Amino acid sequence: MTASVKVMKKPKRTIAEQSYVKEVGKGLGLTIGRFLKNTFTEDNDIVTYRYPEQKRTYPRRFRGIHRLTQREDGSPRCVACLCCSTACPAQCIHIEAGEYAEGDPRYGYERYPEVFVIDELRCIFCGYCVEACPCDAIRMDTGAHMPPSTSREDFLFDKEILLSLPAQDGTVLTANPRHEPGDASHPGIDREHGH
Amino acid sequence: MGDLRQAVIGPDVEHGVFTSKFESLLAWARKYSLFQYPFATACCGIELMATAGPHYDIARFGAEAPRFSPRQSDVLWVVGTISQRQGPALKRIYEQMAEPKWVISFGTCASCGGFYDNYTTIPGIDKIIPVDVYIPGCPPRPEAALDALMLLMEKIQNNDRSPSVVKPREVVHQLRAKAPKERR
Repeated sequence: MTASVKVMKKPKRTIAEQSYVKEVGKGLGLTIGRFLKNTFTEDNDIVTYRYPEQKRTYPRRFRGIHRLTQREDGSPRCVACLCCSTACPAQCIHIEAGEYAEGDPRYGYERYPEVFVIDELRCIFCGYCVEACPCDAIRMDTGAHMPPSTSREDFLFDKEILLSLPAQDGTVLTANPRHEPGDASHPGIDREHGH
Repeated sequence: MGDLRQAVIGPDVEHGVFTSKFESLLAWARKYSLFQYPFATACCGIELMATAGPHYDIARFGAEAPRFSPRQSDVLWVVGTISQRQGPALKRIYEQMAEPKWVISFGTCASCGGFYDNYTTIPGIDKIIPVDVYIPGCPPRPEAALDALMLLMEKIQNNDRSPSVVKPREVVHQLRAKAPKERR
C-alpha cells in the first residue's frame, strides 16, 4: 500500500515580488504618511492628552477633593453629627464638635465642627461621607483630583482649607435649601423644646 | 531645553561661555531618563498601565521603560497594597537598586494602608523604605501619576535627595490649638 502524496506546486513569483521592495515601500509610506499628517496638520489622529497643558475635563459626578459647603453667612453647614466619619471605611475624617455660645439661635439646636480634618492620603474617594451627610455639608464636586506631594503632612486638609474650596461651578454654597433657627420654615424643635 | 541652557550657559552671560554646574547637567539628564521598576501588586496597576497607554503616554516624560531588574532601574513605583509578607521582598528590591534611586508610592494602600486597617497590611511602605512622592487616590487618576512624575523630576533637578520622613501627627494637635473655642 502506497501512501498518497499531494504534490504542492511552487508558487510563481516575479523577481519584483520576491524582492519585497514594493511592499516595504508601501509599509514605510503608511508610516511616514501618518507621521507627516500627525505632525503638520490639525486634522490628525492623535489621542494623547498633552496633560499638564491640555487637561481633560472630568465628568460632573467625578469624586474629587472634598469641600465643606457654607451657609449664607459663611459658617459651615456641618453640624458635627459624625455621620461621615462613622460611614468612612478608611476612617480618614477627624471631627471634634463644639457648642455654640449660649444665646446664639443655634445653641441647643445644633453644634459646629471645632476641628474637621480629612486625611486625603488615607481617603479612598468612595463618596460614602457625601451620602451619609444629612445636611449636604460635605461634597466631592470640586472636579479636581487630589495632587501628589512629597510629604504626608500636606494631605491633612483642615476646616479652613475644606471650607474655602469651591465646587466645579465656582460656588462655595449648595443649592439645597436649609432652614435656619428663627426662619418661618424652621420646625422650632431643639434639645430644650423637644417633641 | 531651558534647563540645559541654564545648566551650560549662565542666564546673564552672552552665548559661547561655558559656565556650569556639572550636577545640574547630570540632574537634567537623569530626570528625563527615569527607568522604572513597576512593583504592581493590586488594582492600582491598571491605572499605571493607563498612564503608559496612548491617552496619557508616560513616554512623553521619558519614564516609560520598565526594567524588570532592580539593578537597572532608577525609580521604584510601588503600586498597590503591600502585605506584611511582601515587605521583606520590597525592602530587598529597594536595596538592590543602584544609586541614585527614587521611590514613588502609588495610591492610598501603598502610601498609608488605606482602609486596610488590619494585621496583614503594612500601613504605608514608608515604614520600611523611604518614599519620595506619595500619590493619593484609590486608585489615583493617570493625571495624578503624571503630576507625581513631574514632582519627582523637579525634586531630581533640585538635587533634593531627602526622603520624606514620617513625622508624628503633630499637625492635628496644632490644628486643635488653632481652632476657636467659641464661634461667634
